[in-house]
This record gives sequence, C-alpha cells and structure tokens, in this order.
Amino acid sequence: MIGSLAQPLLFLVSLSFGFGPIFQKAGDGNYLNFLVPGIIGMSIIFSAVFSGMEIIWDRQFGFLKETLVAPVSRFNIMFGRTLGGATMSVLQGLLVLVISLFMGFRPTSWPLFPILLLMMLLVAVLFTALGTMIASLLEDMQGFQLIINFLVMPLFFLSGAIFPLQGLPKALNIIASLDPLAYGIDAFRSLLINVSHFGLGTDILILSITSLIFLGLGSYFFSKIQI
Amino acid sequence: MNIIEVKNLVKKFGDFVAVDDISFDVKRGEIFAFLGPNGAGKSTTIKMLTTLLNPTSGSLLLDGNNPVLDSNKVRKSFGIVFQDPSLDDELTAWENMEFHGVLYDVPKKLRRERIEYLLKFVELWDRKNSLVKEFSGGMKRRLEIARGLLHHPKIIFLDEPTLGLDPQTRNHMWNYLKELNKNEGTTIFFTTHYMEEAEKIAQRISIIDNGKIIASGTADELKAKANATSLEDAFLSLTGKTIRQEDAGTKDAMRMRRRMWTKR
Repeated sequence: MIGSLAQPLLFLVSLSFGFGPIFQKAGDGNYLNFLVPGIIGMSIIFSAVFSGMEIIWDRQFGFLKETLVAPVSRFNIMFGRTLGGATMSVLQGLLVLVISLFMGFRPTSWPLFPILLLMMLLVAVLFTALGTMIASLLEDMQGFQLIINFLVMPLFFLSGAIFPLQGLPKALNIIASLDPLAYGIDAFRSLLINVSHFGLGTDILILSITSLIFLGLGSYFFSKIQI
Repeated sequence: MNIIEVKNLVKKFGDFVAVDDISFDVKRGEIFAFLGPNGAGKSTTIKMLTTLLNPTSGSLLLDGNNPVLDSNKVRKSFGIVFQDPSLDDELTAWENMEFHGVLYDVPKKLRRERIEYLLKFVELWDRKNSLVKEFSGGMKRRLEIARGLLHHPKIIFLDEPTLGLDPQTRNHMWNYLKELNKNEGTTIFFTTHYMEEAEKIAQRISIIDNGKIIASGTADELKAKANATSLEDAFLSLTGKTIRQEDAGTKDAMRMRRRMWTKR
C-alpha cells in the first residue's frame, strides 16, 4: 500500500513543481489543482489493473483452482473479486487526494464528494474488470510487462491526466476520446475543480456503459478459464 | 447405480493425446483408486471430471450431470484435494478453512466445530492464526487435507493426497475417509503412487498408462491377471519399468518473479 503510493506521489511532486510555473504563465491557472484529479485517476487505474491481474498469481500458485471448483457461479466469483479490487483502488485514490490536500490542493466543491466517490468506484470497477479479462486470457506473467507498457501506460498518458485536452492535435484528441480513463479523469476534474472537457453527463454515461461492457467481457472470459 | 460414468473420453493438448479414449464407471458409495505412472493422464481425467478442463470428445456424467454443460450442479456434488498446492498463502490456516466453508455453504455452527476438529486432527490447531506462507511443505499438505474434508460432498476426489504426508496423518486421513464412506455413503475417488495404500483401501482399481486404461478390477483380480503376489508387482508388470517424463513447467521462474513484485 505504502509502496504503491510512491509512484503517484512522485508524479504529483515532480510534475506539479516542474510544470507549475509554465502552466501558470500560459494562463491556465494552478497546475496542482489541475493535476490532482489526473493523479487520482492514475493511482486507480494502476492498482485496479494490477488487482484484476492477480488472477494470474492465483492461477500459478494454485489457489484459483480452489475457487474454480467451488459451487459458486463464476460470475459471482469474478464480480466479488472485482468489487474487492475496486474498493482497494478507490482507497488508494482517496489516499492520493488526502495527501494532495497537504500539498495545497483545494477542491471547489465538497458537497459533491459522494458523487466523486461513486465515479471513482466506477472507474475502478472498469479497470479491475479489464485486468480480470486480460488475466483470464494469459497463462503466466510473461505478458504482464507487455500489458503495462502497451496498455496501461498509454491509457494513462493519453487520458489528459497530466495535460488539458483542449487545443490538442486532432489525432491525439480522437485517441483521448477513445480512452475510458479520459472520461474518468474528466469526471473527477468536474467534481473536484469544476473544469470539464466532455461534460459530466457524458462522462457518467460513457463510464457506466464501458464498465458494464468490461464486467460482461471479464466474467465471460473468466468463466471460460481452463486449468 | 453409477455416480461417475465416463465413456470414450479423449483429451488432446495440440498433438499430444493426454487421455486416449477411456471408459470407466464408479459405483455410488465405492472407494475407487485410479493408478498410473507420472503423466499417464490421471490428473487430466480428474480435471475433466471436476469441471476444470473441457474434454476434446467423449461423454462424462457425475451424479447424472454433465460437467461441461451443468458445471454449477456438478460443482455442488464433489469435493477435491488437489495434487499441487491450492491454498491462499496470504491467509492464515483458519482463514483458509473458513473461506472454504463459506464457499461450500457449511452452516456456521457446524463449520466452526468442524474447523476446530479438523485442525486439531491434522495438528495445526495451535498454528491456526499463522499465515500459510510461513508453513512447511508438510504442514501445508496437512492443511489441504483438512480443508478437503471440511464439507461432506457426495464424491471426494483425492489426487495423490498422501504425497508428502507423514504416516500418522496418512493413517488418520484414511480412517476419517473410511468413516465418511461408511456413514454418509460418500464415494471416494483417489490416485496414489503407494500401491499398498491402494491395495488396502480401494474396493476397485483402474490402471491407466499413456492415456489408456490397461486394467480394471479389484486388487486381487489385478494380481491374478498379472500373475503377481503384490499389487506393486502387478502394477510394474502391467505398466513396465521405464521411468516416465513429466514437464516441470514454469512454476519456479514464476515464484521468483512473484517475490520481486510483491516486495513492496
């Protein structure tokens, strides 16, 4: 838990102090305020995908068999695991939020906090289910690094977590609009600092639909696991 | 009345035929041993019976249900002790038991009683709050056995359950299983490399080699067939004396990498 906070903290500190002055000069205001929702999104996506992929460990160490032969439907198992992993990821996101408060982050609206929590949970469920889906298709950890480098990293960097999506080249804009994390972070931003690119309604709609899709796909592939 | 019916079962992994057109039955309430050298197809057959693997062709019935089509019903009818570890290392001994009991819907009061009884039975009660990853190989094995006996299903599969067990626990375990078989009519399906164990306990035995069943019957029938004085001699004369190869897999490399990842 502590160790997995190191990466978001590093991003938060280096980026906010490093780019803060330039961001200010460009007339976009306080970079820390802009960055915090992005880093919350980052810590959620990393820990969610990791916890989804824990199935690979369980498979390698045999514990997965115990759950697969149990008289509980595989959908329930997958759903339970996803909720568990998602809860941990939300806690991680909250920790980042708390730490950022000490760094001087000031959200504009606290009353929206319950909705923010819900959005965080939605994003966490989405990516845990994605991790589960990938893990169900992988035999061992050989592909793990590949997934991190070619899926999780791009999802994070192209989501607008660390830069505004306004005024980007068209190609990048299209890619960002296909990235579910972009809507998650946009939702966090509109709830925390009242800045939005897609609009909160769109964010909620897209996040809900993609979460359902990945839950469906995740449980489908999970139910097809053979050992 | 047969509780397990297997007809013309085939399992191929690519070109390799692991199980080659086998057929056998196990009667309700029977103690059945499935013997064979390493890599003969024992575990693959058990995996197909227990819904972990889909057969390439052939038919399977467990208590009247098809493991492929009615997997949820089938999963309600059996319990299993696996050949390789299947404990959660990050939980304590007691938590592993409790988790199993909850998964299998053992009522709380009965569950707590049985957990205490079984953990004392395998002499792990005073270590019940230790994490499984701190256990030795033998302790883990004993915990697996205890966990496998926690719920009382219609069929119990035991895939080399006594591998790495001390004679005391082995003896204990078979007594418990025989009681279960007598009192609740539980069918017991096991594999082992200890021939005297199979001879003593099993009512009927099938020997599988290179994916094919080469002999079936009681221990006496098998001995008569091979013209041998002990089941071990019968087994050797039926399956030959060459040592079989089995793939080691990637498990060791994994273990190392896991250590690197989880050292946060």
